Order: sequence, then C-alpha cells, then structure tokens
Amino acid sequence: MSADAPTLTKKDFQSDQEVRWCPGCGDYAILSAVQTVMPDLGIPKEDLVVIAGIGCSGRFPYYMDTFGFHTIHGRAPAIATGLKTTRPDLQVWVVTGDGDALSIGGNHLIHALRRNVDLKIVMFNNRIYGLTKGQYSPTSEVGKRTKSTPVGSIDNPFNPLSVALGAGATFVARSVDIFQPHLKATLKRMAEHDGSAFVEVYQNCNIFNDEAFAYMTAKENRKANTLFLEDGEPLVFGEEGARKGLRFRPGTFELEVLEIEDGDAADDCLVWDEDHPNPALAFLLAQAAPPELPTPIGVLRAVEAPTYDGAVIEQLQDQQERLGTGSLEELLYGGDTWSVETDGSVRR
Amino acid sequence: MKHYGVTTFQAEDEIAAVCAAIGASYGGALGVCSTSGPGLSLKGEAIGLATMVELPLIVCDIQRAGPSTGMPTKTEQSDLLQTLFGRNGESPIPVIAPSSPSDCFRAAMDAARAAVEAMVPVILLSDGYLANGAEPWKLPAVEELPDCEVEFRSDPEGFAPYVRDEETLARPWAIPGTPGLEHRIGGLEKEDVTGNVSYDPDNHERMVRLRAEKIERIAERLPPLEVDGPDRGKLLVLGWGSTEGPIRGAVELARSRGLEVSRAHLRWLNPFPTNLGEVLSDFETVLVPELNRGQLAFLLQGRFLKEIASFPKIQGRPFFRHEIYSEILETLEATET
Repeated sequence: MSADAPTLTKKDFQSDQEVRWCPGCGDYAILSAVQTVMPDLGIPKEDLVVIAGIGCSGRFPYYMDTFGFHTIHGRAPAIATGLKTTRPDLQVWVVTGDGDALSIGGNHLIHALRRNVDLKIVMFNNRIYGLTKGQYSPTSEVGKRTKSTPVGSIDNPFNPLSVALGAGATFVARSVDIFQPHLKATLKRMAEHDGSAFVEVYQNCNIFNDEAFAYMTAKENRKANTLFLEDGEPLVFGEEGARKGLRFRPGTFELEVLEIEDGDAADDCLVWDEDHPNPALAFLLAQAAPPELPTPIGVLRAVEAPTYDGAVIEQLQDQQERLGTGSLEELLYGGDTWSVETDGSVRR
Repeated sequence: MKHYGVTTFQAEDEIAAVCAAIGASYGGALGVCSTSGPGLSLKGEAIGLATMVELPLIVCDIQRAGPSTGMPTKTEQSDLLQTLFGRNGESPIPVIAPSSPSDCFRAAMDAARAAVEAMVPVILLSDGYLANGAEPWKLPAVEELPDCEVEFRSDPEGFAPYVRDEETLARPWAIPGTPGLEHRIGGLEKEDVTGNVSYDPDNHERMVRLRAEKIERIAERLPPLEVDGPDRGKLLVLGWGSTEGPIRGAVELARSRGLEVSRAHLRWLNPFPTNLGEVLSDFETVLVPELNRGQLAFLLQGRFLKEIASFPKIQGRPFFRHEIYSEILETLEATET
C-alpha cells in the first residue's frame, strides 16, 4: 500500500444495497467478518474483487462496496481464474456455498485449486440448499430428511476440506460463522496466502438446517468438540480440568484421544505443523468429527508453491525477452509469402 | 502467441473456457474462446451471462455435423439457429460468418470490433470446411487495418455501470483496479442505468429491448448487402458462410451460359444488413443453398414473409459447384412454368 493511501474502515466496504438474507442467517456474520478484515489487508479498495456463483452466498458481492461479479451457478472459480490470470495485480475472492462449489461447480473448484491460481475461495457450508428452500446438498449427512429426501438422503457427503486437500490446494482452513475472532483471523491468513486458498466456513441456516453445527458451536459443546489448530502447538482440546489431546493410536495410522491428566502427557500429543509437505495428517484431521474425535478448525495446510498466474506472467515475459515483443506485421508477413507483380510474375 | 502478449489458457472444460474468457474481459482484456459441436451448447449459459453483464467476448464456433458428437471431422452449417437462439431468455447477440479461409482474418477483426464497440459477446461462426481449407491470401497492409482502440471508463463523476453511449448503447467498460468505480454486476436483471438488481416489470421490458436495440444498431455501422449482378430480377442466390465459393462458381457458370442470375452473400447473420428486406423483395425467387435443413431460409421467411427456395445439403460435405448449378437451372425452369 502506498504511504498516502487513505485508511479504510469496515464502512468503506459496505455497499448501499439492502441485505436480503433471512434474519438470523449465518451469512451476516461472515459478511461482517469480511468487511472487517478487508481494510486491514493494505490493499486499495479498487484492487479487491469479489466473485460469486449462485445460491444465498451468491448475493455476497452486492453487499460489498468493492468490484463484484455475481456470476452463474458453480462457475465462479473459472471466471475468477480468467480474471486473475490476466490481472495478477488484483486480489480476487471467490464466495461460494456447498451446493455451488461442490455440486455443479465441483469441477472448476478442483481445477482452480490444483493449478494454484491465487484465488481466495470462501465456501459457506450450511449443508443444505437454502435459496431453493431446503433440499439436501453434497455436504448433507446420510439419512438427512429434506424436501427432496422425505425418507432420508442416501448420498455420501463430500468432506470439503478433503476435496481441497486432495485437489492440492496450498492453503486449506476451516472456521465458523459465529466464532468471529477466529473467522477474521482465518480470513486474514487466507488473504495473505500466495496461491489457491480454500476456507470452509460452517454457516448456520436457521431456516432450513438450523443448528447443523450446534454439536460444536453451542456453548456447552464448544470446548469438548472443537479442536483449535495452532501451528507449532500440540493438538489439545477440551474443558478446563479435562484436557485431551490427539495422537496416533500406536501401531496404526489412526488418531485417538488421549486424556491429559498432568502437563507432561501433553508431550505425547501430536504437534501441529501446518506447512508440513506431507498432507497426510491434514487429511486425517479433515475427516475428524465427534463423537470419536473433535472437529478441527483453523489452518489445515499452508504451503508455498509457485502460483499459476505468476507462472503465466513469467512465461509471457520470458518469451518477450527471448523473441522480442511480437508485432502483427511480423506475424502476417513472416510466413510463406510471395508477391504477384503487375505483369503476373511471381516474386518470393 | 506469448511474445505477442496473448495470454492463453487450456481450461478443464468448455464451460470453464468461456467463463475464463469472460473473466478476462471483465478485467479489460478481450476474452476469446473456440469450440465446435456440443461445446457451443455447453457455453450457452455463460454467453447469456456475458449478454446480461454486457461484456465483450468472442466465441468461435467451428461447426461440424451434428447433433450430439455427430461427425466431428465433417463440415455443416447447422448451428446457425443455435447461435441466434440457443440461450434462455431474450438474448440476441451478433453472429458473423466468414466466407473463405482468408476472410476469417477480417471476420475475426470485425467480430472483435463489434464486441468492444457494443459491449456484447459475438459469435464467429465458421465451419470445418473453412477451418481445414487453405487459399492464397493477399496480406493486408497492417497500417491500413481499421482502428480498434478501446477506452476504459476512468472518471467516477457521473459513473453508473449501465449508463449508455448514445450512439452505440454500449455501457462503459469499467475495469477492476479503477479507483472510484467499484460496482457490482451479475446475471440478475439490471435496473436501467444503476445496474442494481431489479424485478420491476417495466424495467425488465425496457432492458430486454435495450439489449436487442444495441445489437440492431450494429447494422447501422455495417455496409449494406451488395448484390453481384443485376440488383433486381428473376433469381437471387443468397448464401452465408463457407458456401460462397461453390455458389459463386455456380452463378458464374450459369451466367456464362446466358442465364441471368444474381448473387449475394450474408456476412452478418445477426444483425442482418439494413437493406436485406429490400434486396429480397426485388427478386422473384430467392434460392438459399446451405449445409443444413434450411435454417437461413427459415429465418428469412419468418422475418420478411417471403417464400424462400431452400436448397439444403446435410451430408457432412461442402457443396459442389455443379449441385448448385443444377439447382439454379431447376429453379429457373420452375419459375417459368
């Protein structure tokens, strides 16, 4: 940011449009978090772009006073890839939902992630199709009764973090709509990551899938069922006085919970290493869920790798250095050309 | 292409390709993608988005025999109606068809100019015969090529995303990174001028008509349809796209044998040249040879209420000169009896 750039506040990122989400929707909390984080990024407002697909999350750009593009169902990562590749000077956010990103848009999501396009992808996961009034989504649990599954869903759900890790995303994290300080910190880390970044935000749809995450967000469950990942810290969670940790069950590649009765036992816990080149433990954590294990939130992976958009620019510059900046004239006249003279003779 | 400053991207699928091109256009580049056959069907929704958000885009459709995978290496002109109508809602867009391998250069240039002048997606409608064809090409003098400068909006004073140019009706190209121009666009219906989401009934009708009018006005900037031969008479042979060669050959053959036949060739399938109706009405019979079941003939009949003698061929192969010549003879005989 240049020294004379004006200081931005949350208000600078609020558009004049009336927010149309249902009262009590978790989307409000995410919007507020994003609007709080953006002024702290040190990026001029005009260089921030928010691109969304279809669904409740799709309305997000209208409420942000940045450049915004409400596109079509599932295709936001593809449109964002085209923008970021031609305009690497911009910071491009993609706002999507579990249906938009993992159902119709699954293909574009995995390809944007595996290419390591420098996109900031925030996926609101409410495990339901909310805008269309309550059909099961690709993250709904098996057996879920919805309007489209009156006797229970029989689809196995996606685990969004596993999908992102499997696709090779270089930054993968999870947060929760109502965990505001955690959400803001996670979004900020995501924005500062260079490369494809994917953040799953557990978002409560209080109309069609209320309390889907209460097992870990309700005050009484929070400490027992939520594992806050901190780089370099042991994997510990639980109530005061009943602290627990995670370790490999001896002789297996499975996680197990370890009771921590005194401070020493914490030494037996796994220590979190978010930039470990091997994503195996991140995969295990992505799959972790109550009742056997806590739900991890925080950064599951943050590794450095060359970005796609960076490589594109590098090739363009490299080719121009080697071959000189091409001209149309050269292109047209540089091939197999000949001229026909007025007397009909041919000159090569 | 890289040292010419062209950014290329091999996308994961047809939809991603057109979407990435739209993303590039949103950022101020001219997004171009190409496809054939069912790929055009896949791109339909995104072309509709570009129509709604009024961004320039070029989709090259190199037609093949269809439907479905059809005959992928064989030529046909059967996507015409799809290029014109193959999107949901009222979504007219310009369509230009080159007539020979060398004409592809000019047609691409015209498509690009129309796209940025009117802020619309344009379909460049070629086919397998042209794509695999070759011919000597008289190189243009680069300095004589028409200018295609674009101006990005930079002044926030009086800016609104859908304020329109009086002449072209184009909205401003306001690209991210421009201070003071932060705004939102999207596939939901836009309120006139402000670009805010609007479900107002009158506004919707106005916007549908504005988007259509914007395309029609392109015709005012195009040359009229020229007739080769007498500009009125018994028979006009009217073609479009890659059939120009065999049609011209057949008409010349007929003339060399003393027959009076005129010929015209459509370059823009949308909008039509402003004088097309007049040209059609000046001939007793209009013969339209095309490599489909008569799609242009269908369009002309609907638009101009004139009966058209359709001459279809649907074999995955181009016309031969003698086929069209024979049809000319038969058509003339039929008009005389």
